[in-house]
Amino acid sequence: MKMQPKAEMAGVGSKQTGLILKPGALQQVLAFASLIVLILVFTFASSNFFQFSNIVGILLSTAVTGVLALGSTYVIITGGIDLSVGTVMTLSAVMTGVFITYWGLPVPIGIVGGILTGAICGLLSGVMVAKLKIPPFIATLAMMMIAKGLALVISGTKPIYFNDDPVFSEVSQGSLFDKIIPGFAIPNAVVIFFIAAIIGSVILSKTIVGRYNFALGSNEEATRLSGVNVNYWKIVIYTITGIFTGLAGILIASRLNSAQPALGSGYELEAIAAVVIGGTSLSGGKGTIVGTVIGALIMSVLTNGLRILSVPQEWQTVVVGIVILLAVYADILRRRKA
Amino acid sequence: MSLVTAGWSGVGMDDVLIQMEDIDKQFPGVQALKDCRFELRRGEVHALVGENGAGKSTLMKVLTGVYQKDTGRILYDGIEVEVPNAKAAQKLGISIIHQELNLAPDLTVAQNIFIGREPRRGLRLFLDEQELKRKVERLFERLNMDLDPNESVANLTVAKQQMVEIAKALSYDAKVLIMDEPTAALSDSEIDDLFIIINQLRSSGVGIVYISHRMDELKRITNRITVMRDGRYIDTVPTADVTNEQIIAMMVGREIYDSTKQNRIEGTSETVLEVKGLSRKGALRDINFKLRKGEIIGFAGLIGAGRTEVARAIFGADPIDAGEITVRGRKVVLRQPFDAVQAGIGYLSEDRKRYGCIVEMDVKTNVAVASLRQYANPFGWVNRARIAKAADQIVDMLKVKTPHIDQEVKFLSGGNQQKVVIGKWLTRDCDILIFDEPTRGIDVGAKSEIYKLLNDLAAKGKSIIMISSELPEILRMSHRIIVMCEGRITGELDREEATQEKIMRYATLRA
Repeated sequence: MKMQPKAEMAGVGSKQTGLILKPGALQQVLAFASLIVLILVFTFASSNFFQFSNIVGILLSTAVTGVLALGSTYVIITGGIDLSVGTVMTLSAVMTGVFITYWGLPVPIGIVGGILTGAICGLLSGVMVAKLKIPPFIATLAMMMIAKGLALVISGTKPIYFNDDPVFSEVSQGSLFDKIIPGFAIPNAVVIFFIAAIIGSVILSKTIVGRYNFALGSNEEATRLSGVNVNYWKIVIYTITGIFTGLAGILIASRLNSAQPALGSGYELEAIAAVVIGGTSLSGGKGTIVGTVIGALIMSVLTNGLRILSVPQEWQTVVVGIVILLAVYADILRRRKA
Repeated sequence: MSLVTAGWSGVGMDDVLIQMEDIDKQFPGVQALKDCRFELRRGEVHALVGENGAGKSTLMKVLTGVYQKDTGRILYDGIEVEVPNAKAAQKLGISIIHQELNLAPDLTVAQNIFIGREPRRGLRLFLDEQELKRKVERLFERLNMDLDPNESVANLTVAKQQMVEIAKALSYDAKVLIMDEPTAALSDSEIDDLFIIINQLRSSGVGIVYISHRMDELKRITNRITVMRDGRYIDTVPTADVTNEQIIAMMVGREIYDSTKQNRIEGTSETVLEVKGLSRKGALRDINFKLRKGEIIGFAGLIGAGRTEVARAIFGADPIDAGEITVRGRKVVLRQPFDAVQAGIGYLSEDRKRYGCIVEMDVKTNVAVASLRQYANPFGWVNRARIAKAADQIVDMLKVKTPHIDQEVKFLSGGNQQKVVIGKWLTRDCDILIFDEPTRGIDVGAKSEIYKLLNDLAAKGKSIIMISSELPEILRMSHRIIVMCEGRITGELDREEATQEKIMRYATLRA
């Protein structure tokens, strides 16, 4: 028998509101503190860790999963999940390759086309979830396989290289920063990630979409009964996730200077992990973009640091798994106290 | 408006806000409403009563645009209107506060009130938080409400949440406010606060439709009462002209079980449950009581007094910091509900649909679900025939109204769902039963059946702890009454000496 304290209990129990921070803020502080602790630990453990080139490496490796995680945050706050972001990212990369390499379209148009591919996939997932009432897990699982298959079919299972137009690889690998401050070569991908995070954060906290995003995740029926077109906003939210996914596709294609059709599966889980470590609740209604950024950074700092300490790759994965468990359990403990 | 209807209502046209006439509504296989009418005047509180399934909610859903009527007409201020959807109803100034509170817990008070109508700026894409704040402050000032607009709704008590719902409804400039069982989750003092607000609204000319099962409230707050039964209009009467018994008679159209006589309990009856010094930090302090065989103890108190916490502690659902629980002379440690069930304790939550039964499954499965091992061989193979036999017995004994034991529980009425849950614990051989608000959301007819059932169970030697917020129910059912306040037991009364006043005094005996 599953039981839960009902509202009546709150009357007695909830008098410990001595917290200065709201629960959401506390969450972020905790995640941020863990990130700092990790960085300190690795800095002391190895002199190779806190080097400019290594930090840039960490940031660069965060960019792709980070942008995916940004997008996933929205869907997860609705209480849904998007399993398709990994392979949709690949499909977007492949489509960009088709546009630029096969069709010879200009790079900017190819980029827009890639992002649009992601947006359309997100839109379709949104329609499946909102209109057809297919559970998000199943709808996006289907989308994941469809995108995976399409990426292979369209590319003929072979990588598409962007050798004709060297500009494209600059999108990720180049550094506008280097031109402004010589020697301070932060790759564009990192800058794009942070800009995307800022825009993402504004969407979530300042716009009407963001408000409905939380409302939906918190109590969908109440939102519907308040005269909000719930289906419409759900589709919008899945589409936004798709746009971020498309952007991630551009970043990864540019970084590899090719669209690798076999890549992509598994990225969605890393994205979800980053979101969860960042304190967004899988049951919906709670979450922040800042948290997701920190979550993504924790993942790559961990992987990078462990690699520098020569921990074998297999064990790195085990550690990341444990970190996810700890993050979620800490969240449960906090909520039980509140 | 025709002369005939004006004559029927007996008041001037100006006073009538809503007039519903000859409303029919058919669902596949069910005539939900037949020739229904309803009239609401400006500045009146009009009770709409009837058993569950009488059509109250359906009629109000027609009025608020959730359902479309098949025939009939709705007049608003004397003009015929169509209400094709919820938004149209809002535009007309018709707001409804649903029985289940409809708020987003993770959003703030202000965000909840203006959900769907957020003040926007910058291409209508961005939220205007300043304007939102101003609007809410103005609203609270107008309603004389003391709520923090920036507090998360999750942190509010049920009563405060209800205030938010009311504020939300009134922020639509509601001329008509429909309240569906607004007091179901409120304590008596909170009900008083609610009634103050209702009175304010009434004097400002708002018409209020008040749906409730609680007779005493109708007397206190309503001007007129409309009774419905089986989807039909029965009558509309001024509240002052009828007695509770007359209303109930109109509602059920049959005689109601009255339990003034009750089986006595022997003073020498054995103690089956003894609780000593039970404490849980922040919730319970030094709880002591004994429950005897065949006894019904009523736990009274305001919401938040800790009654449910006692029940959960005895059921092993919450950890305890101190205290001793003895069942039939044997000391037990209850770490989880499983331990309690092993000791023969069954708990019936007030929220049957969530914690009581598995609504998607059929009656026989629900009856057997707590005791499947009894019906399984050592390999875990479940013997369906024996389950069916047990379920048939339960249905027979408790008079569960179900076409067959394969019926999914979600199609049963609240009262019958409650019986299925009782059946579940009886099958498990539980002889200490804890009922948490056993009649919440159950209509009058089914209520008296539940009362009768509780008395029968007690007469058969089951011991019952009944938590209830309805004083008449406590007074009528209990052999002994324990009153709690702020996590402590503040009073214990025998049924002979207990009165509503005494209980209320103990219930407000704060430390």
